[in-house]
Amino acid sequence: MASTEAMPARFAPGDKVAVKAAFPIGHVRTPYYIRGKHGVIERFCGTYGNPEELAYARPGLPRQPLYRVRFRQAEVWPGYHGNAADTVDIEIYQHWLEPA
Amino acid sequence: MAHDHDHHDHSHDHPHGEAGAKPHRHPIRADQDDTITSWRAMEIAVRGLLIDKGILSADEVRRQVEDMDNRTPLQGARVVARAWVDPAYRELLLRDGNGACEAIGLDRGPYKLVVVENTDQVHNIVVCTLCSCYPRWLLGLPPDWYKSRNYRSRAIRQPREVLREFGTVVPDDLVVRVHDSTADMRYLVLPKRPAGTDGWSEEKLATLVSRDAMIGVAFAQQP
Repeated sequence: MASTEAMPARFAPGDKVAVKAAFPIGHVRTPYYIRGKHGVIERFCGTYGNPEELAYARPGLPRQPLYRVRFRQAEVWPGYHGNAADTVDIEIYQHWLEPA
Repeated sequence: MAHDHDHHDHSHDHPHGEAGAKPHRHPIRADQDDTITSWRAMEIAVRGLLIDKGILSADEVRRQVEDMDNRTPLQGARVVARAWVDPAYRELLLRDGNGACEAIGLDRGPYKLVVVENTDQVHNIVVCTLCSCYPRWLLGLPPDWYKSRNYRSRAIRQPREVLREFGTVVPDDLVVRVHDSTADMRYLVLPKRPAGTDGWSEEKLATLVSRDAMIGVAFAQQP
């Protein structure tokens, strides 16, 4: 694969995924609160340069597929007050996701 | 930079109004532009270098700042009002937000626009927990509270409480969806059209659409 290409998309809307519980140092756009949580792919957003590389003036290639992933608030926050169907929808790059 | 101004000096006693009026003192407020942070110093240095090297002109920098200040929530309100009156436009807006901006003569925007629609079942609210991502081409600069640690940390885990503090009570049987704008998307909430606005023109409807309604911390104004 040429370095200018994008990684192929592994997930489709409706797929169950888990966010990696990883804690690398650097400019990471996966918030702590969502690491290790399980959600469902809401939509595929396109492919984008990897921000963990772009932040250090590197090319960010290959581009990473980006998804909006939907999580149930009650699973993200223990003791969450509200409708059990309340959600947080958040953008996650593919390299942070695993099938669940 | 020299600063010409035609108002009077406030540092001394002086008469106002009719001749013979008694002198008085204005309350003194400290200047707010005297702190040079490291970021500010870097901005001044980089701007100076870019201008000295002929890469940008001072006028281009000024115009860009002026353009930024001229972007206001009125742009977003036009988008919302059109979606309320035109079902085909609403469908386009939800499918291709940037294309919908362009379709009414607005800037497409530099980021992909995701429009989320409030309905009888769902209320949407937008936050950027990591920083302050915001659809500036439609709403202008974000309000200070949007960038505050308080809003960013609480809107994500206690959205209903935060909404209530904004005076926005979402019934328990509605689903609240928080959208965390963490990466390359930007979000606009399409509020519900208020009741009692049948037959209203697009221009009149747009006056009911506030910035806060498009962030999702408020409803569109009831007429």
